[in-house]
Amino acid sequence: MFEPPSAASAWLQVEQLACERDERRLFSDLSFSVSAGDMLQIEGPNGVGKTSLMRVLAGLLPAVEGRLLWQGEPLEDQWSEFYQATLFLGHLAGIKPELTTLENLSWYAAQEGETDEALLEQALAQVGLQGYEDQPAHQLSAGQKRRVALARLLITHKPFWLLDEPFTALDKAAVAALEQRMVAHTRAGGAVVLISHHALEGLPGLKKLVLQASVEEGR
Amino acid sequence: MKSPARFEAVVQGQGNPPGDFAVFKAALLREWRLQVRRRGDLLNPLVFFALVVVLFPLGISPTQEILAPVAPGVLWVAALLATLMSLDALFRPDLLDGSLEQTLVSGYPVAPLALAKVGVHWLLSGLPLVFLSPFLGVMLYLPWQAQGVLMLSLLLGSLALSLIGSIGAALTAGVGKSGVLMTLLVLPLYIPILIFGTGAMQAAIVGNPPGAHLALLGALVLLALSLSPWAIAAGLKIAVSGE
Repeated sequence: MFEPPSAASAWLQVEQLACERDERRLFSDLSFSVSAGDMLQIEGPNGVGKTSLMRVLAGLLPAVEGRLLWQGEPLEDQWSEFYQATLFLGHLAGIKPELTTLENLSWYAAQEGETDEALLEQALAQVGLQGYEDQPAHQLSAGQKRRVALARLLITHKPFWLLDEPFTALDKAAVAALEQRMVAHTRAGGAVVLISHHALEGLPGLKKLVLQASVEEGR
Repeated sequence: MKSPARFEAVVQGQGNPPGDFAVFKAALLREWRLQVRRRGDLLNPLVFFALVVVLFPLGISPTQEILAPVAPGVLWVAALLATLMSLDALFRPDLLDGSLEQTLVSGYPVAPLALAKVGVHWLLSGLPLVFLSPFLGVMLYLPWQAQGVLMLSLLLGSLALSLIGSIGAALTAGVGKSGVLMTLLVLPLYIPILIFGTGAMQAAIVGNPPGAHLALLGALVLLALSLSPWAIAAGLKIAVSGE
């Protein structure tokens, strides 16, 4: 994974990336690539910069050094193409408490041109939220809100997934279902980058990227 | 449906996403549902506006000689502060529950989506101020010939106040309780609106045509409408990258 990536086939290439938070260097000289069919798990101790890395990949945080390539071209020239292909799920579920479960999902579906309500209800049923379609989201538990966000993975056409701690607050059955969904997605030619502390070794095709705590450089 | 070929097409930028306008309409619908359900946030600025204007005569004197000359200023300052207050929490909930970062990574231009939010907010909190104002004008002995100008100037003025104030709300969304900071940022930009708004009313009270002031207010609205969405979008990006 750390050898020079085969440029031609890679979707996303990360070259010599460095990231700072509040003037503290989190990691530097990080290079890897993600191609079709990859499932990449980012691991590392707390505070090492996993979430920051994910936010850099999603374009929400500027990188201090290094560059990102999408399809071999610099990412900063093609954000809209990148976002059309990318589904990012952060720590926060992005679920509005005032809206019902179905209304929350239908907003994200509308961004992908999916307006078929039956399909959305089916997706909600699959994540175990049957009967909650018209409940305001503020009545849901944390795990249930997380499930609403994860229902997006069932209806999306986007091939490149960036998932930050997707298993948080999920019960065992939901974790297993999500693992299956990710495997099916990569088998179908998609790619998943996820941060997780779960042991996912059983999943076929899993790669790992371990972030180490960086040694403070003397100045 | 989800084949490698299809995925490759999307990655190559040959997917078939819905147009910007379809998403804008979906955003309008979502914002409407969202903000209509926050009744408290909608009522607060109205109650504040009414309370200030009702308490003012009690504090000074309920006589016409004193109230009539200050009526334009009192009505306008109260409306300005009510708008400012209502804007404070415009973007912060979105930042805290993650919908804001989802908007930024949606791949759609942020400026129109932010404009949808500000537009719905103005419809639900700015426009009611306009309709409430004549009743409060009567309480301050505002002459009848100035009532129409009051509503018209507030109609234009509240639009400009909402659009410009949203820039401050976007910039300070990540700063926690940011009321004071936002006020400091936005208030200098509010002063021309206040001057032209009260100017139009003063002109109407003394019998001069208020057209010039209203035209300048209209120009400010157009300027704010064309520039503020981009400034709001830039402010939101800064707020999210600071999370």
